[in-house]
Amino acid sequence: MAMLKMKRINIYALIDHCDDILETLQRRGVLEIENVDIEDSVFFKEDTSSIQAQYLKSSKTAQRAREILSEYTKDKKSLLSSFKGRKPLSSSEYEKLVESSNDTLKAAYDIVSYKKNIEQNEAEILKYEAQLDTIRPWLSLDVPMTFSGTASTTAFIGKFQGKKSSADILNSLAEVAPSVEKFDIDIVSSDENQTCVLILCADCDADPLSEALRKIGFEYPSYQSLVIPKQREKEIIRHINNRKGRILENENNIKSLNRYKAPLDFLEDYYVMKAERYAAFDEASVSNNTFIMTGYIAENDAIKLKHYLEEHYDAEVELEDSDTSDTPIKLKNNKFSEPVESVLATYSYPDRREADPTSIMAIFYYIFFGMMFSDAGYGLVMALACGILILKFKNMEPGLKKSMKMFFWCGISTFIWGMLFGSFFGDAVSVISNTYFGVAPPAIPGLVVPIWFNPVTNPMKMLMFSFLLGIIHLFTGLGICAYNNIKHKDYLAVLYDVISWYLLVGGAILALLSLEMMGNIAGFTLPPVFLTIGGIMAGIGAVIILFFSGRESKNPIKRLLKGMYGLYGATGYLSDILSYSRLLALGLATGVIAQVFNQIGSMMGTSVIGVILFCVIFLIGHLLNIGINALGAYVHTNRLQFVEFFGKFYKGGGREFKPFKINTKHITVKEEI
Amino acid sequence: MSDFLANNGGVFFALLGAAFATFFAGIGSAIGVGKAGIAAAGVLSEDPSKFGKVLIFQLLPATQGIYGLLVAFLIMSNIGIIGDPVEITGLQGLLYFAASLPIAFSGLFSAIHQGNCSVAAIGTVAKKEDQMGKALILPAMVETYAILALLISILAIFGINAM
Repeated sequence: MAMLKMKRINIYALIDHCDDILETLQRRGVLEIENVDIEDSVFFKEDTSSIQAQYLKSSKTAQRAREILSEYTKDKKSLLSSFKGRKPLSSSEYEKLVESSNDTLKAAYDIVSYKKNIEQNEAEILKYEAQLDTIRPWLSLDVPMTFSGTASTTAFIGKFQGKKSSADILNSLAEVAPSVEKFDIDIVSSDENQTCVLILCADCDADPLSEALRKIGFEYPSYQSLVIPKQREKEIIRHINNRKGRILENENNIKSLNRYKAPLDFLEDYYVMKAERYAAFDEASVSNNTFIMTGYIAENDAIKLKHYLEEHYDAEVELEDSDTSDTPIKLKNNKFSEPVESVLATYSYPDRREADPTSIMAIFYYIFFGMMFSDAGYGLVMALACGILILKFKNMEPGLKKSMKMFFWCGISTFIWGMLFGSFFGDAVSVISNTYFGVAPPAIPGLVVPIWFNPVTNPMKMLMFSFLLGIIHLFTGLGICAYNNIKHKDYLAVLYDVISWYLLVGGAILALLSLEMMGNIAGFTLPPVFLTIGGIMAGIGAVIILFFSGRESKNPIKRLLKGMYGLYGATGYLSDILSYSRLLALGLATGVIAQVFNQIGSMMGTSVIGVILFCVIFLIGHLLNIGINALGAYVHTNRLQFVEFFGKFYKGGGREFKPFKINTKHITVKEEI
Repeated sequence: MSDFLANNGGVFFALLGAAFATFFAGIGSAIGVGKAGIAAAGVLSEDPSKFGKVLIFQLLPATQGIYGLLVAFLIMSNIGIIGDPVEITGLQGLLYFAASLPIAFSGLFSAIHQGNCSVAAIGTVAKKEDQMGKALILPAMVETYAILALLISILAIFGINAM
């Protein structure tokens, strides 16, 4: 339960060391940089946006080249590769890659230009193929398509729409121009869409024939080959093969650069890192020889950084306490509760002046998740899966690792609750034993019989237990509210806002439990004396709330009205407590659905096929159940934390600490200190 | 006819209850999941990397159908349609029918509205990916009422059983 103490840090250094200092800061990732707003006769701001753009362009080129490489060569990518995380490089590896960066960049440009060449050739092939399509109907023509006739004849080469025979054309022509007689029609090709023809006539008839042809729908082709179509076809095919050859050559060129895959990944990140260093530098103020940087840093990192910078770069580092509301928040929790920080972050970071609720929340988080998921088998599967992934992929991204750890603990909790409630893949052990061995299984506690009780057969007990946990959860929330008030030395608020509610809600519960009516539901009754005690407690609480919850109002009537409204908040507690019934409902849902699948599976009979079907149904059914109920448990655990728990005390609104760090996709640099 | 119902009506009404629970809650979930799925597919066309996130939103309204299935299964195993045959009276059958109504109708309407809410939440995630946690809570609020209905249905069925 801790927020780290933050310091404001000012770094003054010579501009010669600027590059090194920025690189140090980036690698350590401990400093959140803030804009220095000094501009006067000495200090000014430098604009590095053009340099940044240059680096980002190089990075993009490397990325593009890498994509092209994976297009033409196989990438080894497994299903689990998203867990792998970034590759850590040692300083020497890093230096080596930096040295060869120019070579890599040249390769990147080469790859991109090869690809461009391929694309050009592909476009040309398309063009030639289109030509080939238009020329195909003319292949049996034995003169060039521009052939206009011999010394005494004129040739018309063109086409008609639709399928036509020479008789059809003759008839049409006879109708339009009966006077023209000396001509010869040669059908070159004919199909459903068009009829290609060569018409030869004497020069003297050329003009009237041309006119007549136009009338009956003769068209000149859009593409005319200058040579005999057959020959042109050969030329085109040669061109296409030629282009294909060039594409192959370029592809081989690209493939030959396969070894650059890893360096290209590095290069992409390297230039992004460089660009980001310049972006950070934009925040500093510079003079001709010096520069100033400022920002926030956690106290425990501050001293180390100060020493390092002062020793290595002659810098002057100034630290001062920072407790303003603008100071960013960095959380620090133990291994057990740290994973839940991300859940807190999805709601809001805590304000600097309130307590970090992570560690308390973590306990309830795991408990509630386990109760809703409540199956030992499912818990085991989840904990094992997360545990193995965490162990197998050491470089997993920190965010993902946190979630994995969280679900690991949730799985453990689920396992424990499952044993307590006697659910192991539903009633799998009993079903298998009864169906296939014909005997009831031995009463193994946890797997067959519950260690505590079975919520399916005793739901009221479970409901009461859920409400009890809910009340503890809510009261803990109120307790944190009291803690915050004490921290601010607002002791009266503890009485008015916290103790009053303890009295009212606690008293009301005591009184209710001593009523006979509630006794029927709960299964027990408190002695009648608790009715009096509870009543008095609730009365005192109600009076305090009535008179003091509106204490900021000076006007007594207004104050009383606000008090009454405050008292109305009691209904909120009622609905809050009832809300915890979801612990029972979701727990039952998991258990009963699991039983449904087991039962369906066991209906398949005891033959070999039956057993196989049982296995299939068992696998699919339980996977489905795990998926849907893990989602439900996750969402509703969050809801209980955010709405019921945080509603009692949490303000939030803090700003997350976002240090200047290596912000890359493929690699990180191991810091050797 | 009335004799026939008095003698055999119990199991009929109970099964009708089971049918109601799966039928109405299932319709609700189908509508809700369908709507959310359409919105999710739209987001994927712009940014396929959000698949995991929008899938969760699509699945949120799926639970009501499962709650319906759960109640139906409980009723069916209590009246002996699944498992060992049990004799039940006409009154018990009617009571089972009544017990199925909360999840049937609460499931129907809450799933539809949860679907609408999921659609909006998918829009939130499409624009602001980091607001996933908050966006998830809003549709989950709607589910509360399905859970309450499920609770009453289950408690009622267990109660009838003990009668």
